[in-house]
Amino acid sequence: MATQQTRSLARFMMAPSVVLLFVWMIVPLVITLWFSFQQYNPLNPIRDGFVGFSNYALFYSNPAFLQSILNTLVLVGSVLLITVIGGILLALLIDQPMWGQGIVRILVISPFFVMPPVAALVWKNMIMHPQYGVFADIARFLGAQPIDWFGQHPMMAIIIIVAWQWLPFATLILLTALQSLDGEQKEAAEMDGAGFVSRFIYLTLPHMSRAITVVILIQTIFLLSVYAEILVTTNGGPGYASTNLPFLVYQKALLEFKIGQASAGGVIAVILANIVAFFAMRAVGKNLDK
Amino acid sequence: MARAVTTQHKVIATGAAWIVALLIFFPILYTIITSFKSEQEAIQGFALIPSGTFESYTEVQAQSGYFKFFFNSVLLSVGSTILALIVAVPAAWSMAFSPGKRTKDILMWMLSTKMMPAVAVLFPIYLIFRDTGLLDSRIGLMVMLMLINLPIVIWMLYTYFREIPGEILEAARMDGATLWGEIAYVLTPMAVPGIASTMLLNIILAWNEAFWTIRLTTTEAAPLTAFISSFSSPQGLFWAKLSAASTLAIAPILIMGWFSQKQLVRGLTFGAVK
Repeated sequence: MATQQTRSLARFMMAPSVVLLFVWMIVPLVITLWFSFQQYNPLNPIRDGFVGFSNYALFYSNPAFLQSILNTLVLVGSVLLITVIGGILLALLIDQPMWGQGIVRILVISPFFVMPPVAALVWKNMIMHPQYGVFADIARFLGAQPIDWFGQHPMMAIIIIVAWQWLPFATLILLTALQSLDGEQKEAAEMDGAGFVSRFIYLTLPHMSRAITVVILIQTIFLLSVYAEILVTTNGGPGYASTNLPFLVYQKALLEFKIGQASAGGVIAVILANIVAFFAMRAVGKNLDK
Repeated sequence: MARAVTTQHKVIATGAAWIVALLIFFPILYTIITSFKSEQEAIQGFALIPSGTFESYTEVQAQSGYFKFFFNSVLLSVGSTILALIVAVPAAWSMAFSPGKRTKDILMWMLSTKMMPAVAVLFPIYLIFRDTGLLDSRIGLMVMLMLINLPIVIWMLYTYFREIPGEILEAARMDGATLWGEIAYVLTPMAVPGIASTMLLNIILAWNEAFWTIRLTTTEAAPLTAFISSFSSPQGLFWAKLSAASTLAIAPILIMGWFSQKQLVRGLTFGAVK
């Protein structure tokens, strides 16, 4: 139905976005790729130029590298596990008939709107601080020794903080999916004598499966690049105990000025993200056809 | 729903849900409470009733000039959102109303740019900003935030625009409306709610963006994310001040967020869950 004129006008209207995003994606990526094969340190005037894959080899042989990959995966995996299971349970709970459901929803969703540095600092100082935190107060009240969270269990502390930030997101989306479940179906199942558990397994869970997929995929994108939470709490330490891949790249680039190695790390991060993106795009794309 | 709900069931559900909700909300609540304590009070152990002093707030403003950061946050989040809308509305519009063969591919490609990890391009962006004098400039960061959120903005607008029935367009066309006429008189009034919710969500995302806003600013353009990060190394007694600063940093967006729950689901799932 579109005429030739509207066609070309449509293209004209789309051009700015396409051009901007194309430049935004390609230019920095090409520069990163270029630097990943160069020896370059802005503090050191000597430039050896092209060095082949040695930056990748250096980055790879750095013991921090494997640790950071492992930390990245542990962080993503644990937070996904906590938020998806917790989110399903919370969504089921909030979906029950109750008084003040609106307020409960508001309270539960709130952490999502807290900017990452605030979330991390509040947990670090108000909740987990070994002397003045609420956890320490509780431990002392119970007669136990307060835990030095960021010294002894840095990864667990960060996982708790990040899970707290993302649990609301999972809950809200799963709740939205849950509430679109047909009430009559539920009733029919109930009348046929299906108990809560079998109703959940055969009716609710399949209904929520797409929402669960979406939650996993979207969270993975964001969780792969957790940064501010680590910066303001452990700064990657002790040692490299809580350094993830983004944080390691940041350290190499802006603290150690090892641009070549940082770029190699960046390229690895891109590859990692692309593997995830591949699955994410397929899931979202399928939905578009509907 | 015609199911009979026993009062007992409802009481249990209400109790359980409120307990869990308050536990989740507790860190925020306790921060707000502590912000009304004095520094001495703040370290004296667990207490839910503050003395109600405002000294931390006045001190935060006096010491670090909270309002400058607040102003930057507002400017950056609103400015980048408006920039994004200017670019995105026409694009989403044309994709929703005169889709071509490649529209779907273009949309998917746009989304894929969102998947690029920021660290991968940290140094190139840093170089470009440094060499063009954009480091620590509001306009540079505004463009940056616009680019980061542009795919989400286009997607959200697209899903809203797609729901506007095409028949209305055809009717307008038959009545002799030009494309610009259609946009101005027929579609815009129908699209305003979608644009408004896109705007709301995008302001929230831009406000909370905590990678580029920290790394590309020092003093002039630094928003609240950078301001708060300066508290990461403790300076003596600072619990009450940290609480006051945190409360100030999250309050505006928390309130906005409460009003945007529905849009949030839709925007962040790219229309997959409504």
